[in-house]
Amino acid sequence: MLLRGLAGAAALTVAIVLVLIAYKVVDQAGDAISAFGLGFITSTEWNAVTNQFGALDLIWGTAVTSLFALILAVPIAIAIGLFLSELAPRRLRAPVGALVELLAAIPSVVLGLWGILVMGPFLESHIEPWLNIHLGFIPLFGGTPSNVGLLPACLVLTIMVVPIVASISRELFDSVPGDLKAGSLALGSTRWEMVRSVAIPQVSGGLVAAVILGLARALGEAIAVSQTIGGALGRPTSIFGSADTLASRIANQYQGAATSLQTSSLAYLATILLVFSLVANISAQLIVRRIRRRMGTR
Amino acid sequence: MTIRDDGPRGSDKMRTMTESEQSGQDESGAERADIVLARSQAQMADIAAKHSATPTEGKPVVLGLRDVAVAYSGAVAIRDVNLEIHKTLVTAFIGPSGCGKTTLLRSLNRMNDLIPGATVSGSISYHGHDLNASGVDPVEVRRRIGMVFQRPNPFPKSIFDNVAFGLRLHGMKDNLHDRVEKALRHAGLWDEVHTRLKSSALSLSGGQQQRLCIARALAIEPDVVLMDEPASALDPIATQRIEDLVAELKNDYTIVIVTHNMQQAARVADMTAFFSVDVQESGSRCGILVEHAPTVELFTRPSDERTEAYVTGRFG
Amino acid sequence: MSTEVNPLTIVTPRARRRKLVGTIMELVATSAAVLAVIVLLIVVVSVARKGLPALNADFFTKNPVPFGQTGGGIKNAIVGTLIMTGMATLIAVPVGVLIAIFNTEFAAPAVAEFVRLVLNVLAGVPTIVIGIFIFGLLVVGNGQSAIAASIGLSIVMVPLIARATEEVLVLVPASLREAGMGLGATRARTVVTVILPTAVGGIVTATIVAVARAAGETAPLLFTSSIFANAVVTDVHQAMASIPLTIFVDSESPSVADQQTAWAAALVLMAGVLIMGIIGRALSLRTRRQIERAR
Repeated sequence: MLLRGLAGAAALTVAIVLVLIAYKVVDQAGDAISAFGLGFITSTEWNAVTNQFGALDLIWGTAVTSLFALILAVPIAIAIGLFLSELAPRRLRAPVGALVELLAAIPSVVLGLWGILVMGPFLESHIEPWLNIHLGFIPLFGGTPSNVGLLPACLVLTIMVVPIVASISRELFDSVPGDLKAGSLALGSTRWEMVRSVAIPQVSGGLVAAVILGLARALGEAIAVSQTIGGALGRPTSIFGSADTLASRIANQYQGAATSLQTSSLAYLATILLVFSLVANISAQLIVRRIRRRMGTR
Repeated sequence: MTIRDDGPRGSDKMRTMTESEQSGQDESGAERADIVLARSQAQMADIAAKHSATPTEGKPVVLGLRDVAVAYSGAVAIRDVNLEIHKTLVTAFIGPSGCGKTTLLRSLNRMNDLIPGATVSGSISYHGHDLNASGVDPVEVRRRIGMVFQRPNPFPKSIFDNVAFGLRLHGMKDNLHDRVEKALRHAGLWDEVHTRLKSSALSLSGGQQQRLCIARALAIEPDVVLMDEPASALDPIATQRIEDLVAELKNDYTIVIVTHNMQQAARVADMTAFFSVDVQESGSRCGILVEHAPTVELFTRPSDERTEAYVTGRFG
Repeated sequence: MSTEVNPLTIVTPRARRRKLVGTIMELVATSAAVLAVIVLLIVVVSVARKGLPALNADFFTKNPVPFGQTGGGIKNAIVGTLIMTGMATLIAVPVGVLIAIFNTEFAAPAVAEFVRLVLNVLAGVPTIVIGIFIFGLLVVGNGQSAIAASIGLSIVMVPLIARATEEVLVLVPASLREAGMGLGATRARTVVTVILPTAVGGIVTATIVAVARAAGETAPLLFTSSIFANAVVTDVHQAMASIPLTIFVDSESPSVADQQTAWAAALVLMAGVLIMGIIGRALSLRTRRQIERAR
């Protein structure tokens, strides 16, 4: 009986903590919420001197970096999942799979360190000038090469998102019944045609959930992004330019916040971030639940 | 002699027969055994009698197997297979479980390629051409030699899309609807599904799903259709429909069917190949081809005593 | 054998194209995997190469020196990380295991589903938000402390431990449970004396993985233990130095000496995390096999 009580209490605690997190964050944002209301979301101000703050540029930065990271990471990750599930020789599957997961185990601060001190300068001296010269007519590649900015931040996020989506994809592809695969191949399909027409449609729901989880990871990353993105305000048109995200701004400015309104505004940013991440996570969970239910009834 | 179902009385007699054999009974026991032997053989003969005694007359060879052996990572699963599959005939592979019938079947359309470590030795020729020659594309092989599996495996798509799958794959998209209809009619499924071609294939019953898989295989107009125990997962009525279907299909297709059900082979096959398990002193087991003959002959006058033992129910 | 060309080798242009597309896609998939491994190697090798030169006995045994001087180490950060991660583990393991026990032994299926949902959502909350949460809950008015940091880290660890423990508990065969209860033991006693010992390998693995994760977390520390002295602190009511924060701060410093420290600290952290990851994995395989054998 004691055990049951303790165990139940533990479970209850977790639920309470979740609610408490939401409450406390919103609570600390209180001053900013009353000062700016919903206009905070559409304002591009961020000025500690005039005490005017707004989230728009940060939301933009979060959206852009996350989307960019997803666009790069998802195809790569699904390809890795396919490799591990279908293509790799049996003996290679475990080791390569382990290596990909090790990529996820690298602490974000270490990745950020590598990002600023190794990848950033490399991009600045070798990649960005090349892009500038050859594709500079596209505004995306227009600006001045720099060792911090959207590009290094996006690449670091990509490195973080790939292992998450890849390991889920691999599990999904492993779960496709062998009968189905055999049926397709016996009709004369190539392996890729089997994957494209049978395996991927079979697991498409799960892939969506995996992508959403990858998105949630990218949205919430504060440390590595703050180390590599430059932290400037504004919405640059070039990926060489510097910007900021919700999480990164909180990480950068919380300690040195000049006014309590600034602190409160940072908490407001955290509230917005929490809402985004909750929406993403809960959607992913609901999709997974729906898939499990459908599998159970078949 | 009437064909009687091998009911409880029959199997009681079988049990009695084996018991008496084992206890080394007197001659009256042996006589009883002979009577039973004669009766079951006669049953089979009756069933098989509807097939010609010389079915291969005038039928060219489609698949020729010479000294074929299949091994998985060095462990031989079946060996010493020499036989010929003739055009527009039904050839059945029968034998106890573990004798490699399915393994052999799968090597006929290069499906064993998908199992790492699987090797095929000897020669399998298709219309005279080596199936395993370098440069042979397994995709081309499977377009001509189709397969129906033991458990129905329709794709989670609509009925129409299931049948159209192979057609779209191989660029046979002209008159897609007509081709789909033709395949479904051929498989005896059209009447039941033509009003709901867009509904999911998974909404069909087990027997219907299997006929859908057959339609799917027929749609791309294969030369040969391989069937791996196609009715073993189905109820008796659905099984009957599949057997009737096989009897019709053989007019247009060459069919090789693996079955663990002897009566089924007797009913549908023109030629039957009996496989068995060969146990070495080392204890290693491997399948071998024992006998390959017109079905009527195999069941009435088997030339090998192992065949005789199997078809009279003494083992397996 | 016929002497004509083998028709099975002749491919129509369409079939040739299909085969080519298939080969290309297989190449793409392989390249993606190779790319991931290469990136991993690049990062690990970078950290090793840049961090190794600074690794000496002093690094582990001395505290940081005032700005401008050379030498010194990160002893306070190492001690701090050990203490804070240790305390977080002491909190997270009982809580996580209890939740897993609740889900597998006591909860109705719908309730367990809900708890799992909560755990998954909690796992997805950005750690920076957790930092702000703890800040508002414990730091405001009281100042920073290692305890606050540990609680923040434990929130990160609990979902990981709970999920992994539940996976192991589920593997324990029902026959064991029945045997225990059949002998007259209460459910609680069965759990404690029969089931937990069987699952202990999995719990240890789950803990190792969670510790590896917590040791590298920076964001919660930013709010709870970021202002600290250059000396070892053992008072848990004070802020302590930590390895991740050292890396974070030094990575953005213009001083080359600081950057060197950052690399070396990153090497220590990464080595620790990777080793724990490998041990965790090996243990997990062994436990799984043990339980499968017991079935």
